[in-house]
Amino acid sequence: MADHAHHAEIDKVTGTATTGHEWDGIKELNTPLPRWWIWTFYACIIWSIGYFIVYPAWPLMDGYTKGLFGYSSRAELAVDLANLDKVRGDKMAALATAPLAEIEKDPALLALARAKGKVVFGDNCAACHGSGGAGAKGYPNLNDDDWLWGGTLDQIEQTIKFGARSGHDDAHQGNMPAFGKDGLLTKDQIVIMANYVRSLSGLSTRSGVDLAAGKQLFADNCSSCHGDEAKGNPELGAPNLTDRIWLYGSDEATLIETLTNGRGGVMPAWTGRLDPATIKAMAVYVHSLGGGK
Amino acid sequence: MLGDARGSDDAQDHERKLSDADKKNPEMNKPLRDTELLPDDDGGPLYAAGKKIYPQSVSGSFRRIKWILMAVCLGIYYFLPFVRWNRGLAAPDQAVLIDLANNRFYFFFIELWPQEIYYFTGLLIVAAVTLFLMNALGGRVWCGYLCPQTVWTDLFYAVERLVEGDRRERMRKAEEGWSMQRGAELVLKHSIWLMIAWWTGGAWVLYFADAPTLIKELVTFQAPMVAYIWIGILTATTYTLAGFMREQVCVYMCPWPRIQAALTDEWALNVTYKYDRGETRTSLKKAAQLRALGEQVGDCVDCNQCVAVCPTGIDIRNGPQLDCIQCGLCIDACDNVMTKIGRPTRLIGYDNDINIHRRMEGKPEVFKPLRARTVVYSGLIAAIGAVMLYAMLTRSLLDLNVLHDRNPVAVRLSDGSIRNGYTIRFLNKRGFDRVVAVDVDGPPNAVIHVVGSDSITPDRPMIILARDTTTELRVLVDSRPQSEEDLAPSTPVKFHVTDIGLGEVATAKDVFVKP
Ligand code: SF4
Ligand code: SF4
Repeated sequence: MADHAHHAEIDKVTGTATTGHEWDGIKELNTPLPRWWIWTFYACIIWSIGYFIVYPAWPLMDGYTKGLFGYSSRAELAVDLANLDKVRGDKMAALATAPLAEIEKDPALLALARAKGKVVFGDNCAACHGSGGAGAKGYPNLNDDDWLWGGTLDQIEQTIKFGARSGHDDAHQGNMPAFGKDGLLTKDQIVIMANYVRSLSGLSTRSGVDLAAGKQLFADNCSSCHGDEAKGNPELGAPNLTDRIWLYGSDEATLIETLTNGRGGVMPAWTGRLDPATIKAMAVYVHSLGGGK
Repeated sequence: MLGDARGSDDAQDHERKLSDADKKNPEMNKPLRDTELLPDDDGGPLYAAGKKIYPQSVSGSFRRIKWILMAVCLGIYYFLPFVRWNRGLAAPDQAVLIDLANNRFYFFFIELWPQEIYYFTGLLIVAAVTLFLMNALGGRVWCGYLCPQTVWTDLFYAVERLVEGDRRERMRKAEEGWSMQRGAELVLKHSIWLMIAWWTGGAWVLYFADAPTLIKELVTFQAPMVAYIWIGILTATTYTLAGFMREQVCVYMCPWPRIQAALTDEWALNVTYKYDRGETRTSLKKAAQLRALGEQVGDCVDCNQCVAVCPTGIDIRNGPQLDCIQCGLCIDACDNVMTKIGRPTRLIGYDNDINIHRRMEGKPEVFKPLRARTVVYSGLIAAIGAVMLYAMLTRSLLDLNVLHDRNPVAVRLSDGSIRNGYTIRFLNKRGFDRVVAVDVDGPPNAVIHVVGSDSITPDRPMIILARDTTTELRVLVDSRPQSEEDLAPSTPVKFHVTDIGLGEVATAKDVFVKP
C-alpha cells in the first residue's frame, strides 16, 4: 500500500483526488467504483471456488481432481451416442429391411443411406478409393460407369461384402496372368499385344507393329476372359478394353508392364466388419455417386 | 514503510505544484469524496456505497410523454404474443413467433428461415443508425423514453411511490427504521415488483411457443423445463435491474452512454440547464429585491426541484453528464416552478451550448436539425430500408443452392462423355408440397440425372419438394461434346427448377469442368 501513503493530490481540472499512481507524468483519477461492483467481484471468486470443488479442476501427477458432481465429458459423449443410436434405431432398421432396389426410390431412405454411406465410406474406403470415390491408379474410380465386377446395386453390394481376391470364400476371383514373367508370351509378342490393345479403343499405335498378328494373339490368349470383342467380363473382373477408362493406364509402357507381370488388385471383404444395413447403405451411396447401373 | 519516505516527497512535490492560481481558488483543492472504504490518507475510498435515490413525482409534458410511451412499449411487449395471424392450416397462427424447434421466425406476413438471418442484420443496422439519428437530433431519446431499463425502472418507481408515498415520505420512512406498517409496505412493494417481473419473464417465453397453449401448459405444470427456467431468469433480472440496480445500470454497465458521448456533436439538442438565464442563482425573495433595484439576476431560484425528481440523482445544472439519461423530468419540474413564480418556462430544456453562447452574445437562437450527419443518417435508413423491403417483397419461395463435387470434379465415362456431379439443395418455402422439374443448360448435349428420380421420370427429372422444407439431392450432368475442342475446360452451367403447377422458376449457376 506504499502507493496510497501520500497526501491526496487533487486534479486541477476535475477537482477529483488522484490515486497517487503515476506513469510518465500521467496520473490516475480516483473515481471510486460502486460497492456492489466489488461485491459482485467477490461473489465471482467464491463461485469459482465452488466450481473447483464440484467440477474436475486441478491437474495432479497421475490424473486430476474429479469434482463432486463426477462430471466427465467422455461419459457425456457415451450418453449422447447411446441416445443417437436410439433415435436412429428405427430408421436404420427400416434400411436393414428395405429391399436394396427400393431404397433409392424412397427419398427419406435414400437420404439416410447416402448420409450413412458417406461417413462409412470416408472411414473405410477413402484410403484407397479417395474421399469422393475418384480412385487412383489401381483403385477404380467409383464415379464413372465402368465396373470391373458389375455396377448394379446387387453387384456393388456383393463386391463390398466379399471383396475381390480377398481370401473370403465368396470373393471375386480371377487374375490377369503374368504373360511375360511366366513365359507365356515373348517380349516381342507383348509389344505387339500392347499396341493391339491400344488400337481397340482408338489410341495410336507404334508404326510397323503387326496388328493382325496382335489380333491373333489376342484371340488365342486373352479373349477367354476379356471376350472376343474385348468388352470384358464382370464375372471374372476382366475390364472392357475398348472404352476410354483404364485402371492402370493406357500408355504402351504400362500395358507392357501389365502384360508382363499380370495384375491382381485386392479389395477387402467387409462383411463381418460392417453390419448388413451399413453395407447396404454403402452400396446405395456408391451406386448414387453416379456410375451405378 | 517505504511509502513514508515517498509520501513526504510527494507532499513536497505537491506543494510545489500548487500554483498561485490554485491557491486563489481553494474550492478546487477540496477533496470531493468522503472516506468510506479502504480509506488511505485522504485520497478517498476506492469503492463507494451506492447513493440511494428517492425521485419525486412530477407532472408535465415530458412526464405525460413518458407515461404514454411506457404504456405503448409495455403493451406491445406483454400482449403481442396473443395477436393471431392466419397462415393456413400448415403453419402456426401466432403473429410473432420464434419457432426454435423448426427453425422458423414468423412476423405477421413474413416467414424467415435461418439462412435469411441477414434480414436481421439489415434490421439491426437500421436500428443502430436510427439511434445515431435520434442522438444527433435530440440526444439520448432512447435512454430517456424507450430503453427497457428506463421503462421498467420508471414502472417500479411508480409502484414504490404508490405504496410508500412520495420522495419526502420515502426518505423519512427509510430514516425512521422498522415498524409494522413499514414492513407491510415493503412486503407489498416487493410483491408487486415480483409480480411485474414474473409477468415480464412470462411474456418473454410466449414469443417462443404458441402463447395460449403454453399458458395452459405453464399453469398445469406441463410446460418444458426451459420455459420455467427462462421465466425464472427474466423474473430475477427484471426484479434486480429495475428494483435495485436502476441508474447503476446506466452509469456503470451500459455501453450506450459512452458511445453516445462519442457520437454527439455541438448541434445536437440535449437536456440542458440554460445557465445564461439561470445564473446567478438567487433565492426568490432576494431576486425580487434585486430586480426591484434594477439588477440582473438569474431565474434559477435554487429550489433543487430538478435534483429531487431526477431518477439518476444528479444535478443537471452541473452541465451535461454521463449519468443523465435525458428523461426530461427535470424540465417538467423546473417548468412547474417557473410557472409558479411567473417566469418564462424552459429554463431547463432541449438546447445546446451554441445557443447558450449566442444568447449571451445577444444573438438569436439557431437550430440546425438539417446537418450533414442527420441527412446521411436519414439517407442510410431510407436506403437500407428500401433494399430490405425490395429483397423482402421479391424474395423467392422456391430456391436452389448448388455445390459442385470437389473430388472428383469431373469424370470421363466409358463412351467418352464427361460427367460432373453436384449436390443441390432445393428450398420450398411454400406451405404445401409441390412437384418441380429440374433442367440444365450450358455444356453441349447436356443431360441431367437426379439420383433417385431417374427410374420414375427418366426424360425430365421431376421431384417432389415437401412443404416448408429443404431437400438435398445429388444431381449428375453429362455432356457429350462433338470433339474435345467443343468443350472448354470450364463452361458455365445453369440449373432451373420449375414448379409444374405454379410456373414459378428458380435458377442457379455453377460451372461444368473437364477432367
Ligand atoms: S444508459 Fe443504457 S440502460 Fe440506461 S437508459 Fe440508456 S441505453 Fe438504457
Ligand atoms: S438530469 Fe434531468 S433529464 Fe437528466 S436524468 Fe436527471 S431528470 Fe432526467
